[in-house]
Amino acid sequence: MNSVAIVGASLAGLSAARALRAQGFGGRLTIVGAEPHRPYDRPPLSKEFLAGRMTAADLALEGDGEDLGAEWRLGVAATGLEPGGRLRITLSDGSAVEAEGVVIATGAVARTLGSELAGVHTLRTLDDAAALRADLEAARRLVVVGAGFIGAEVACVARELGLDVTIVEAAPAPFARALGPEMGTALAGLHEDHGVRLICGATVRALTGEGRVDGVLLEDGRRLEADVVLVGIGARPAVEWLEGSGVEIGDGVLCDAGGATNVPGVVAVGDCAAWFDPAVGTHLRVEHWTGAARRPATAAQTLLSGGAAVPGSLAPPYLWSDQYGMRVQFAGHTLPGDEVSIEEGDLASRRFLAVYRREGRTVAVLGIDQPRSFTRWRRRVNEPVAAAR
Amino acid sequence: MIPACPLAALPRGEALRLETDPPIAVFHTEDGELYAVDDTCTHQDASLADGWLEGCEVECPLHASRFDLRTGEVDAPPAKLPVRTHQVVVKDETIYVVPSELPPNLPPGVRTGSA
Repeated sequence: MNSVAIVGASLAGLSAARALRAQGFGGRLTIVGAEPHRPYDRPPLSKEFLAGRMTAADLALEGDGEDLGAEWRLGVAATGLEPGGRLRITLSDGSAVEAEGVVIATGAVARTLGSELAGVHTLRTLDDAAALRADLEAARRLVVVGAGFIGAEVACVARELGLDVTIVEAAPAPFARALGPEMGTALAGLHEDHGVRLICGATVRALTGEGRVDGVLLEDGRRLEADVVLVGIGARPAVEWLEGSGVEIGDGVLCDAGGATNVPGVVAVGDCAAWFDPAVGTHLRVEHWTGAARRPATAAQTLLSGGAAVPGSLAPPYLWSDQYGMRVQFAGHTLPGDEVSIEEGDLASRRFLAVYRREGRTVAVLGIDQPRSFTRWRRRVNEPVAAAR
Repeated sequence: MIPACPLAALPRGEALRLETDPPIAVFHTEDGELYAVDDTCTHQDASLADGWLEGCEVECPLHASRFDLRTGEVDAPPAKLPVRTHQVVVKDETIYVVPSELPPNLPPGVRTGSA
């Protein structure tokens, strides 16, 4: 293979470029990025960067003097992929890039409530975070829609800044689907401990205001006053540009366990990709940092070997979150009905380690401020329970 | 020289965090070697004493960059800078750390108390 184009210049794209070079690819490498910025790290955007403890320069993912020998096309979005002997990627500035191999790493886009009002934010990019920070500095009341990790982390920072914070969540408890209702209730307690109001089982009817948001109207008729609203209701894969390309799309770009799509010479990584996970038996789109950092090495192998490389086993999905000075860590994949047990600490103290088991296997582990035991338990995920004991 | 703990109090495969400024992690490897490095990962605020010790390497509990305890060198991103190493001395069955006089490589947002 003599040329590869990577579409997406965030963690997954950069990791793919590094992996290709590390695996001996010496051909022409083009990296396309829709944002104007060099690759930067997103997790601190809702944590240290929003809190003002990290600067934009601190977020740089590239090392000093790191040179991947790539042509960077930043500030232009991919608009289409034309299959064929040589793959052709069309770009928003009217130009195109041709390559023999393509890595799709276009990430995800924050879901919105469709409001045009000033003071309503989503948080996905550096520019989003800078705008939210500026707005929070002048605000007294923040309403967060969605009690996921982004919402929870922004709520924490806003409390630090002295704002009055309310979180509105549609589900009966935060993370009810991902972590199960018991653990969700335990995490809900973190907010209450720190003076953040959490309203669960409530949906938003409308955001109110003239030009600028002044409140959130709930379906049950309640109205919450707000100077700033952060909408943290998840993200959808950025795959519209692949329409008509022949690349198979489900919830994201459908890939096998090595990152290969149905189109020869095209692999996908990061938040936009749904790899087949043999441990779960289905395609799973994983929006975690670790997957974006680690899976591109497998995808690079798939691409350079023409699909002949046999992928190793997938590391279980892993995520972390910092909330009110507590470190929340989770690894694995849970399903309703998994058996949950507390192995360390206790729910009341909000410091515990919970293990999820299904059919004799450890399938997931959740740690709240238990980094040392989490490190050990994380390695047992997907092992048979007997062997893990 | 800072006293860490009695040698018998740190079994092989275990790590100890010293609340110095910045904190120092002392490791006793499965092979019986003792090493000390700054406890904070050079990438983001995480305690290496909480990490996974394997051979002469510790894996950061947060993002899995691995540091060589002998040299402080890191194997792969996200960490980009080596972690500072310190000398370990065992005297009268007690572990001591001789803190390095080089500047530490602390992650952005983490500062020493004196700085």
